[in-house]
Amino acid sequence: MKQKFSTLKRVSYFLLLMLFTTTVWAQEITVTGRVTSAADGEPLIGVTVVIKGTTIGTSTDFNGNYSIKTKSASILLFSYVGYESQEFSVDGKSVINVSLAEAFESLEEVVVIGYGQVKREDLTGSVSTISAKDFNKGNITTPMELLMGRTSGVQITTNSGAPGAGAIIRIRGGSSLSASNDPLVVIDGIPIDNEGINGIRNPLSTINPNDIESFTVLKDASATAIYGSRASNGVIIITTKKGRKGSEFSLSYNTNLTLNTIAKKPSVFTADEFRNLVETRVANGLTPASALNALGTESTNWIDKVFENAMSHEHNLSATGSYKILPYRVSLNYTNQNGILKTDNMNRIIGALSLTPSLLDDNLKLNVTMNGTKMTNHFADGGAIGNAVSFDPTKPVFDNVTGTNYGGYYTWVEASGFPNGLAPRNPVALLDMRSDESDAQKFLGNIQANYRLPFIPELTANLNLGYDYSKSEGSIFVPRNASWAYETVAGRDGGERIDYDQQKKNQLLDFYLNYTKELSNIFSKFDVMAGHSWQHFWKRDYSYNTNDFQSESTKIVNYDKAFPTELYLISFFGRFNYTLKDRYLFTFTLRNDGTSRFAPENRWGLFPSYALAWKINEESFLKDVKAISELKLRLGYGVTGQQDVGGHYLYLPNYVYSQPDAQYILGGVPITTARPGGYDRNIKWEETTTKNIGLDFGFANNRISGSVEYYLRETKDLLNRIPIPAGTNFTNYLFTNIGNLENKGIEVQLVGRPIVSKDLYWEVSLNVTHNENKITKLTAVDDPTFLGVETGGISGGVGNHIQLHSIGYPSSTFFVYEQIYDSEGLPIEGLYVDRDGDGAITEADRYWFKNPAPDVFFGFGSRLEYKKFDFSFVARVNLGNYVYNNVSSNSGVYSDLWHTTGFLRNLNNAYDFNFNSYQYFSNYYIENASFLKVDNISLGYNFDNIGIKKMNFRVSAIVQNAFVITKYRGLDPEIFGGIDNNIYPRPRTFIFGLTVNF
Amino acid sequence: MKNTNDMKQFKSILIITLAGMFSLTSCLKDLDTVPLDKDVNSPDVQYSTQQGYLQVLAKLYAGFAVTGQQGPAGDADIAGIDEGFSSYLRQYWNLQELPTDEAKNCWDDDGIPSLNTMTWSSTNPFIRALYYRIYYQITLANEFIRESSDEKLDDRGFNNEEKVKIREYRAEARYLRALSYWHALDLFSNSPFITEDDPIGAFLPMPITRPNLFNYIESDLLAIEDQIIAARNNQYGRADRGALWALLAKLYLNAEVYTGTQKYTECITYCKRIIDAGYTLTPEYSHLFLADNDRSAVSNEAIFSIVFDGIHTQTYGGTTFLIHAAVGGNMSVVDYGIDFGWGGNRVTKNFVNLFSDISGNTDSRAMFHTDGQTLEIVDVSDFTNGYAISKYKNVTSDGQPGSNQTFTDNDFHMFRLTDIYLMYAEAVLRGGSGGDQSTAFGYINALRQRAYGDNSGNISMADLTLNFILDERGRELYWECHRRTDLIRYNKFTSNSYVWPWKGGISNGIGVHEKFNVFPLPASDVVANPNLEPTPGY
Repeated sequence: MKQKFSTLKRVSYFLLLMLFTTTVWAQEITVTGRVTSAADGEPLIGVTVVIKGTTIGTSTDFNGNYSIKTKSASILLFSYVGYESQEFSVDGKSVINVSLAEAFESLEEVVVIGYGQVKREDLTGSVSTISAKDFNKGNITTPMELLMGRTSGVQITTNSGAPGAGAIIRIRGGSSLSASNDPLVVIDGIPIDNEGINGIRNPLSTINPNDIESFTVLKDASATAIYGSRASNGVIIITTKKGRKGSEFSLSYNTNLTLNTIAKKPSVFTADEFRNLVETRVANGLTPASALNALGTESTNWIDKVFENAMSHEHNLSATGSYKILPYRVSLNYTNQNGILKTDNMNRIIGALSLTPSLLDDNLKLNVTMNGTKMTNHFADGGAIGNAVSFDPTKPVFDNVTGTNYGGYYTWVEASGFPNGLAPRNPVALLDMRSDESDAQKFLGNIQANYRLPFIPELTANLNLGYDYSKSEGSIFVPRNASWAYETVAGRDGGERIDYDQQKKNQLLDFYLNYTKELSNIFSKFDVMAGHSWQHFWKRDYSYNTNDFQSESTKIVNYDKAFPTELYLISFFGRFNYTLKDRYLFTFTLRNDGTSRFAPENRWGLFPSYALAWKINEESFLKDVKAISELKLRLGYGVTGQQDVGGHYLYLPNYVYSQPDAQYILGGVPITTARPGGYDRNIKWEETTTKNIGLDFGFANNRISGSVEYYLRETKDLLNRIPIPAGTNFTNYLFTNIGNLENKGIEVQLVGRPIVSKDLYWEVSLNVTHNENKITKLTAVDDPTFLGVETGGISGGVGNHIQLHSIGYPSSTFFVYEQIYDSEGLPIEGLYVDRDGDGAITEADRYWFKNPAPDVFFGFGSRLEYKKFDFSFVARVNLGNYVYNNVSSNSGVYSDLWHTTGFLRNLNNAYDFNFNSYQYFSNYYIENASFLKVDNISLGYNFDNIGIKKMNFRVSAIVQNAFVITKYRGLDPEIFGGIDNNIYPRPRTFIFGLTVNF
Repeated sequence: MKNTNDMKQFKSILIITLAGMFSLTSCLKDLDTVPLDKDVNSPDVQYSTQQGYLQVLAKLYAGFAVTGQQGPAGDADIAGIDEGFSSYLRQYWNLQELPTDEAKNCWDDDGIPSLNTMTWSSTNPFIRALYYRIYYQITLANEFIRESSDEKLDDRGFNNEEKVKIREYRAEARYLRALSYWHALDLFSNSPFITEDDPIGAFLPMPITRPNLFNYIESDLLAIEDQIIAARNNQYGRADRGALWALLAKLYLNAEVYTGTQKYTECITYCKRIIDAGYTLTPEYSHLFLADNDRSAVSNEAIFSIVFDGIHTQTYGGTTFLIHAAVGGNMSVVDYGIDFGWGGNRVTKNFVNLFSDISGNTDSRAMFHTDGQTLEIVDVSDFTNGYAISKYKNVTSDGQPGSNQTFTDNDFHMFRLTDIYLMYAEAVLRGGSGGDQSTAFGYINALRQRAYGDNSGNISMADLTLNFILDERGRELYWECHRRTDLIRYNKFTSNSYVWPWKGGISNGIGVHEKFNVFPLPASDVVANPNLEPTPGY
């Protein structure tokens, strides 16, 4: 009965309602607000807003807005990965807007490692990460330049100043003598083939540095062993930028205008000094009088003729957003770079697309990435630099007497009017007449699928399919009338035409399963990963060389050969991670690699690693010490391999045909010959065992953070080309496993932020590395009289070597005579220390003297942000690296001045003293090339919230290669390998940059 | 319904797993790759045809000429030295000529100065290059002999005609191996010994003494004497019985140096066989060294030749080296058919003094370029010190340039008829039986008549002495890789009794230690192979 709804119940309901509403009204309010990033005011999407002490929470939407019902007396906790969490008391406020500051190296940050990810705080190996905000700024065309000077243990030396030039990367010194010392580079899970691409200076220049999100550098074996047979030299994992789910559309445009200038020019005599020199020497009877007739009347600075200040520009456009369930990022880069050597140019377009949809309730995450590059290169003849150094400054560039038949360029000719084949070439002619161009296209794509199995949520399956394709073609053309390719016999054609093309296809299939489980009853959690990888590398080179023929009858084919080759790598790998009480960590990895390079009995290698870590700051005695935010001790041990030794079929006997110009005529008929090649059935991996101990620390919420490491790496079964007993194989030097090498060192990394406030932010970073390298075994039999294996070829004479790999010494140690000096400190020509005291200076008096690798190298830098300004610089120091100045040793002797066939040569005069005749092996030319280089100084200014669209502008001015402090007298003290041979000088670059974010 | 979703997911997992397993099984076989390059053959493919055998034999011959599979350089046979330096003929010439009175080189490449002055050590790169080149030839020859055994030919199913041809090839391979072993015997002592019974791979060859190596070469040559094609009956460039006899004659002439036992009688036996085989002297001496020295009128005097060609057989060694290195100073490159001279080799005054008339008008073998050159070598590193030689030219007998101005066409005649004449005469004078002085006298005058163009250079019987033979060998065979061997046989190479400029490093010359009669085994091989002993004195 409705009337039975008694008043009592009504009242009680009403009271309850009143109570309820007053309670609500009195205690619960709805708080709304917007969460933005303190740095740029951008809304932060997906920020977790939680009522402190409860599990009630929400997250911010696309615009950074949130809405939550909470009690008035509650505290709201705002947290977001990569940012410092903040708390706010509600206190009756209905609107709370929050600005979150970025956290420095948040321990919660997820770090990409081999086949997986792990939180930074759970890392057990020696791993460094560098993310976009830490990248070097400026005219960066290749990814590795972003890293220079940023990480301890990693030494990056750009090859030269040429546009798009590659860099040599060494992680903790090289662990190999003959096999590759390059680290493995993995891009979005695809291990890249380190071999170059014909026609491109550096294969990594096909990745747009602007597309890179972060680098992870794996340094010790416990981190790298998961990559097994390619991991001995460390691993660099590159992760590209992806779209973020739910984010709003944003567009970014960036442009850099660059001016490249010549930092330092080679030092040679001016025309007047040169004339003076020749006249003086003739007067003193040191140079024949005929040299005077050869002098000219002009005054040409050849170095200025081949170098010029060059402008380059670069444009980047990227858009990121999310279309329904499909987050995306698209980017486009256009770069046009001119080198300081005239006619050097690189032109490239890179397009990249990444799609990261998340399907099936977030259970299936797909990652589709595609990167396409089109690049055109015009290579200037690097030989023009050497010729500019030695060309007679008293001659003009153009001359219609000597140059009539040679394009009008001044040419050294003999009495017959034909070019003098031994004389320097006209450097301007080398740049103008020779054309060397290439066109390359490259595509790198992968599809990665990560699937969380629905009935077993702890189990995820991961599949990665990758495809890397490149096609390049190029041609080098030297016309018939170029003096250096001139045919003196009438009716014949000279010149040169080389056409080449190369195709490469690399395919990858990776599959692994990951199972994570937490067993809170025994305070443990573990995860297991097991997987399989298949990778195929294929390439085909083709080259066709002829002369510059006018008709088929004058065509001479020198070379016409296609060369296809392939390699397969198949692996099985697994990892086991165990954490006890969230402070004792243990990692075990194992990889079994098979390669098609070696014979079946040697083909498989097993690479284990173990690591232990102890999070000391989680221990009860330190847990509450706020000052210490991180203290972790790590121990690692692992075995890695090196199988990148050159040829792909090293263990198979084979016969190779000769080219048409190496046939033998029997009975008047040219016969193609067939040659059995040397081979080693027993060739196998090099194995490196690494032991590493490290301490990671952080103080005051990581305001100061860093790490100290000590490592020992021993390589055995070093692949080395050594002389083998004569008569035992079809060669006298065989690539075989024969040696042992040791690298040990200490690394220190420190980052500090002395000032962190709303308007002023100051960060300083420093990394120091000391690495010692020593060869401990080199031949099958220990023979004290065996000095070593020659290496380090130099220019000058033929087949001269200046370095030696010897047992007990660092690799590539200089092996020279010890120069004797007079009382004024000038060298006495030809007088060396007679070390064996036999009264004569013979080869036995050479000794081991210094080596090219630095004893210590530092990188340091600083960043300062004041309101809207930012300022930063990066510098590097190398100490104890020695360089042999081959430019001086081969062009700074007076006997070079006048050649009996009738030409003059300019001399390099960087030294106080020039010898009369060549003294290639004197240690006078080996100098301490320790240097301090300030790589990068940058100043920028941000304009925020311009216009209705709330755009953000940033302008910047940057100087690269700002200055160098060194005692080295050559052009540039930074020479990998220690032999200075007229490298293409690195320019000093001034950049103006503009970035617009919509 | 959740069930259909589960089913779908289960199916996708199943597909993924199956796909994974499928790729797994098929891909493990991927590791057994073979070379993709169609220019690369496995041994079974290479030796499946007669032409295949010929191609490998051609490589054995080419080993004296080119330095690798790509001309002029780019795919070297020998490593550890500049490829142009690794040429067999070039280094053989350097080692046989530079330490003698016949040549001095002015370059400063590491190793040249010590060859000039007879002060070399076991680390000399040129000695090492020739050593490895010799053993490379021997190893290749062993492989060919192994692969052409009668059993292998039967297994491979060749018919009788093909077998006959391949056996001829095999005899030539054994000859070429014997030739290289003779070089090893002449240049080194106690060098390693390997035959076709030794494997390819990791093992340590044993050294062989000079007398034992002599016996091996002798017995191997005698064994194939009937198998190799008859003298003057084989294709030009291939070895025949005449070449075999010439090698035997060389072996026997120098037997006393190698073994201590004289074999001059045997030498005379084989010289006679060659002389009776129908070789003839070419009328013009100079034609033997020009670009077209493969014309039959010229090659009839040649007993074994190394064939070069400016288009097909390009190298920086060989005759390209002989010609380029000899041109410098104010010598006109057009006269030599080349692009530019390298300015390296010239002669000492001792050699010049072998000729009474250096103009070339009487003795046409005197081919000196004296304009701009001094007789005395005061500075070894200056090309204009010392007379230059114009013997080798890349022009034809009617003055046309060779087919390529960088790479020469000239063949190198390793053994010539006049060499045999001189050997006959010397063996007779040294007491060998089977010959007589008047026949020897006739041969000497025949070669002098060719040199002079008439009888004006003829000698009298009394002139025919051993020392005359040595000097005549200089005049006739200079710069043809004989001098060092000849001087050693006459005991004049290291001793104080005969000195020439810069011998021993002294400008007037001085005798050197007798250890220099043999080149040292290279240090690199002594280290790599503990069975080898370092050569005494080094």
